[in-house]
Amino acid sequence: MKHLIVSDVTLTFGGLDALTEVDITIEPGIITSIIGPNGAGKTSVLNCISGFYHPSQGTIYYGERNLTHASPHQVSNIGIARAFQNLELFSGLSVLDNLLLARHQHLKYSIFDALIYFGKASRQEAENRSYVEKVIDFMELEPYRKSLVGNLSYGVQKRVEVARALTLDPELLLLDEPMAGMNIEEKEDIVRFMFDLKKEWGITIVLVEHDLGVVMDISDQIYVLDFGVVIGSGKPENVASDPKVIEAYIGEE
Amino acid sequence: MSYFFQLVVSGIVVGSIYALSALGFVLIYKSSRVLNIAHGQIIAAGAFITYALTVWVGIPIYIAFGMSMVITFFLAMSVERIFLRRLIGEPIISVIMVTIGLMSILDGLIYLTPFGTENFSFPPYLPTTPITIGGVSISWTQLVGVIITFSMIAGFSWFFKKSTIGISMRAVSDDQMASMAIGISVPKVFGLAWAMAGLSAAAAGGIIGNITGLNFDTLHAFGIVVFPVVILGGLDSIQGAVVAGIIMGLIQQFASGYLDGNWGLNGTGEVMPYIILLIILLFKPHGLFGIHEIERV
Repeated sequence: MKHLIVSDVTLTFGGLDALTEVDITIEPGIITSIIGPNGAGKTSVLNCISGFYHPSQGTIYYGERNLTHASPHQVSNIGIARAFQNLELFSGLSVLDNLLLARHQHLKYSIFDALIYFGKASRQEAENRSYVEKVIDFMELEPYRKSLVGNLSYGVQKRVEVARALTLDPELLLLDEPMAGMNIEEKEDIVRFMFDLKKEWGITIVLVEHDLGVVMDISDQIYVLDFGVVIGSGKPENVASDPKVIEAYIGEE
Repeated sequence: MSYFFQLVVSGIVVGSIYALSALGFVLIYKSSRVLNIAHGQIIAAGAFITYALTVWVGIPIYIAFGMSMVITFFLAMSVERIFLRRLIGEPIISVIMVTIGLMSILDGLIYLTPFGTENFSFPPYLPTTPITIGGVSISWTQLVGVIITFSMIAGFSWFFKKSTIGISMRAVSDDQMASMAIGISVPKVFGLAWAMAGLSAAAAGGIIGNITGLNFDTLHAFGIVVFPVVILGGLDSIQGAVVAGIIMGLIQQFASGYLDGNWGLNGTGEVMPYIILLIILLFKPHGLFGIHEIERV
C-alpha cells in the first residue's frame, strides 16, 4: 500500500497565500480527515492532490510517483478518485450511464475487437458492467439506475458523485464534503458507506467535512487547517483537546 | 416541374457544402465554446494546399485532397496548441479577439502567396458533361462533392456516437470538471476538436474550390456563411448544422429561382436565408436543434 505524502506545499494566488508549508501524510487503509474553518484551505489541499492546482512550492508524492505537476486526468488514472463538493455530474445522462462513462476511459480493446465484438471486447464490456452494478448495489442506487441524474434529489446526486468516483476503482478516495446539505439519515448512510469502503474494499479515504461530530467519530487521523497552515494533527481525541484547534474554532476566551 | 426538382438538387448541393463548412465551426464551439472567426481562412487554406499539391507538386488529386486534410489537421491542432491553449479559462471576448487576430494573420499569409489575388481552378479530372435525369442535371463535380460531404458527415456522426475519443469529446462539452475527474484530458480533447475542424475545413475547401474555382474571397466568405447556418442549427449540434445547411441551400436556390426577375426583385438568394433565419429565431431562439437549458432553481 502506498502513502500519499504532501510535503512543504505552498499555494499562492497572486499575493494571497491559500496554503503555507503544508505537510500532510495520508497513511494507507485508514480514514484521514482534513478540517478547519471556512476558507482554511481544505479544498485547496484536495485540488493540489488531484492536479487542479499545482503548488507554488513543495512536492506531492503518491508512493514513488511524483504528483506535484500531474494533470487531473493523470491523477485519476493512477487510482486517486475524487468526489466534488459541488456536484460535477453529467446531468443529462442516467445514473448508469454516468458510471459507465467513468469506466469508459479504461476500456483497453482496439477498434477491431470492437467490430467483431467477441472475446476481448465483449468480455471487457461485461466486466465493466458488472463492476458498475457492484458499485450501484453498494451505494444503494438501484431504484435510480435509469433515472436522469439532473432529476434526482440533492442527497442522491451526492451519492452518485461518490459512486462515480468509486467506479474508477480507486485505491484512494478524496471526498469533499460528501455530507453537506444532507439530513441525519442520509449522513448516517454515507458514514456507513465510508466504513464499508475502508473495511471491505480496502480503500484509503481522505475526508473534508464540516460536521465535527461525524469527523471525530469516524476518522483515524485528523489534520486541522487554519488560514492555510496546519495547526494540529493526530488522533481525534488528541486534536479535540488541542488548545490551538479549540482557539481556531471557538476563539480565545 | 423539372425546374422545381432542379432547384431542389442544386439547393441540396449548395446546402451540403454549407453543412460541411459549418461542421468544423460546430466542432470547436461544441467542445470548447470558442467561436472560431478564422474558420473561412482555414477552409481557403485547405483548398489552396490541395491545389498546390496536385498542380505544383503533381500528386493525383484524390491523394492531394487527402493529404491536404492531414496537413490542416495538424495545422489547426498547432493553432490550438500555440494560441488557444493559454486562453483556457479566460473571458470569451478575449478568445474571440484572438481568433479575429488569427484571421488577420492567415489573411496576410495567404496574400503573400499567389492565391491571395489570382484565380485558379483545378485541372479537370471528371467528365465535364453533366448527368441529366428527367430534365434535372447535376455536374460531376457537384455529385462527387455531395457524396464526399455526406460520407464525411456520416463518419463524424459515427465517431461521436461510438468511439471512445468521440464520447470523451461529448463528455467534455457537457461538463469539463466531471470529465477531468473520470480521467479525460481536456486540453487533448480541445486540440483534437480543432484538428478535426481543420480536417473538415480542408474537405469543404477542396469541394468548394472544385465547384466554384479557387478564389480567396469566395472561399473565405464561407467562414461568414456558416454563421447563419450554425445559429439556425443551434450552435452545438452536428445534425443541426446539416439540416440547417440544407435548409439554407434550398431557401437560397428557391428564392433566386422563383423571386429573381419578378416584381423587379434581384439577388434575393443572398437575402432570403437571413429573413427566414430571423423569423425562425423569433420562435426558436436556441436554433432548431440547440440545447435549451432549463435550470432548476
